[in-house]
Amino acid sequence: MFTEYRPPRSVRSRLSRRFVSALDALATPHGIDRYLELIDPAWSVREVRAIVTEVRRQTAGSVTMTLAANGNWTGFQAGQYTRLSVEIDAVRHTRCYSIATSAHRAASFELTVKVEAGGLVSPYLYAAAHRGMLVGLTPAQGEFILPASRPDRVVLISGGSGITPVLSMLRTLCDEAHRGPVAFVHYSFHEADMPYRAELARLAEEHPNVRVLRGFTEEPGRGELDSLFCDAHLRAADPAWRGAETYVCGPAPLMHAVRARFDREGLLERLHSEAFTLTLPTSEPAPGSRGTVRFERSGAEIEADGRSLLELAEAVGLHPTHGCRMGICHTCTRRMARGTVRDLRTGISRTAVDTDLQLCVHVPDGDVSLDL
Amino acid sequence: MTSSRLRPHLPKIRARETEPEPVRRPALRHHLTPEQVESFGAELDAIRMRVLAELGAEDVDYIRRIIRWQRGLEAAGRGMLQVALLPPLWLGGVTALSLSKILDNMEIGHNLMHGQYDWTGDPTLASGTFEWDNVCPGDQWRHSHNFMHHTHTNILGQDRDLGYGLLRISSDQEWSLKDLGNPVYAFLLAALFQWGVMAHDLEIERIQSGERRWGELKPLVRVMGRKAGRQVLKDYVLFPMLSGPSLLANLAANATANLARNLWSFTIIFCGHFPDGVEEFAREETIGETRGEWYLRQLLGSANIRGGPLFHILSGNLSHQIEHHLFPDLPAHRYAQISLEVRAICERYGLPYNSAGLGRQFGSVIRKIFRLALPVR
Repeated sequence: MFTEYRPPRSVRSRLSRRFVSALDALATPHGIDRYLELIDPAWSVREVRAIVTEVRRQTAGSVTMTLAANGNWTGFQAGQYTRLSVEIDAVRHTRCYSIATSAHRAASFELTVKVEAGGLVSPYLYAAAHRGMLVGLTPAQGEFILPASRPDRVVLISGGSGITPVLSMLRTLCDEAHRGPVAFVHYSFHEADMPYRAELARLAEEHPNVRVLRGFTEEPGRGELDSLFCDAHLRAADPAWRGAETYVCGPAPLMHAVRARFDREGLLERLHSEAFTLTLPTSEPAPGSRGTVRFERSGAEIEADGRSLLELAEAVGLHPTHGCRMGICHTCTRRMARGTVRDLRTGISRTAVDTDLQLCVHVPDGDVSLDL
Repeated sequence: MTSSRLRPHLPKIRARETEPEPVRRPALRHHLTPEQVESFGAELDAIRMRVLAELGAEDVDYIRRIIRWQRGLEAAGRGMLQVALLPPLWLGGVTALSLSKILDNMEIGHNLMHGQYDWTGDPTLASGTFEWDNVCPGDQWRHSHNFMHHTHTNILGQDRDLGYGLLRISSDQEWSLKDLGNPVYAFLLAALFQWGVMAHDLEIERIQSGERRWGELKPLVRVMGRKAGRQVLKDYVLFPMLSGPSLLANLAANATANLARNLWSFTIIFCGHFPDGVEEFAREETIGETRGEWYLRQLLGSANIRGGPLFHILSGNLSHQIEHHLFPDLPAHRYAQISLEVRAICERYGLPYNSAGLGRQFGSVIRKIFRLALPVR
């Protein structure tokens, strides 16, 4: 194990772009990265890779990893996520995780991963994350961010593992010595499930404009809020919430409740949300999914059975690249030559030719022909 | 991906024979009943499913080890050739670089591009994007080899690898005067094999026959030009220039390494389908083929080369051509183990299993190339 951390060297910073393209010409057709990574796995002139520098298990079901990325990491905005890749039993898996750190401390940043029951990557990271571990990343992405000109009043609402992007926003605002009121509302089942408890208490103490309200739905009386999200919670967070910009990330019922409240007020443009913990009914038969899916390049065919196009492709032995499996990252986007599909997120069917589709959130609703 | 890739056009079948093709379906089945053919296929399917379920760290470790060896040999070869003026370093450099190109094309490139490691999700092992150290662009190879050749294996008029549109390699191909040059064409193809493989996808013979127009080749030629240009720049301009006073020796060394790889891959590939005993098929007997019949055609249309472990690695395990054609997307390093079972199954069904040493297989290919230069059947 490492006794002292040595940051991954930023190879790109030392090599001018012209030098890199000259090296690539010598290293054609593989490119210079395929040679550099044999010397040190974190070395790359193009890809973002990071080394785990610290591992904390703040709660019984979560692991917080501090990462130091190589020179290709270009930082992030508060609220964004990265797609993290790890190899488990020789197979590479990629998942999206929001960055929890202040955007002003971008060189070394944290991801907090909650263990999903029946999941694969999160239990693996919980068990196996260690100092010195190498992971693959993508540049930070996502539209769930604080606008460049910071809103005066901010309300941050989260549930469960949805805490990370809004914590990043809170930490960023604190680092900027933001003066306007910031309310941080978090829900979890038990107090012990909630990461960052001590830090949130400290932030509330140090910053008079920050108010932290916690609701533990299985332990009434322990937090500042009882029961599920309701109007009273919103008023307690910020009596003038109608004039604030509100950011919400959490499980679907919480997101729906908040959204319905803002919808009634006609204030949806002040509500920003990230459906990270949304669970799509991809593994349960979607009613009315029908037709035959033909994978043109491989010649395989399969009958629709309610599973997503991605799952159907995997069922016939194909391995389309994919990321989030929930319609966020567009990694699994492939061309449909023709066919009728239904978008699982909207329930809307459409018939199209030569269209790019996200395989993970579409089910066949008629015959489908895919470039796979 | 162009839209034409979505549904690759099948070549139109032109019977070169004057008399109508005899229906040879019973021949394809040999002495087996249709039920036996299907149970033969089911046994092979069972092997496939079992191996797929076993795939894991062992396979990934293996291919990454080969890749490290290839990149190491390449770096060592290029390094030695910086002072290619010194004969021992010239020889060492050529050897290392030849081995690197052979490993890259055969055990790594050919096998990765078949999708043998797609299940790992590792983008550096992905069939869809891998490029090899060869002038033929990966995308075109995936079409002409993975689809055209592996689907239509040894079907006359459909499998364009039968003679590469250039050689008379089957007595069922009608003789013409130009076939007198058969041995010369074969020698040129062997020496320039990577260029032949690249030009393969142009299907020049279909232009001569009027089925395809020159204009259709433009996009293909553009992609080929880009890939070949980069390869030529690296081997014949940049590395020679970097070696300063060794410029000419370095250039000659790189050309020699390319030649060595060409001759080697030609040898292995021609031994896979053209030795004596390998069967060809008429399109008529393969229409409406079942899964079992497809397996049977792959078995009868391929031949193995016996050899040691190092020989198998350097041949990209195409020395197990039969297993490769039965299971093109299983990791090739497993073919040796699978071949024991396949052979036992063939014995039980009384089916031929064409396997011999390199000398015998290649000798029979050479004899065939010379014999078929003459108007014999």
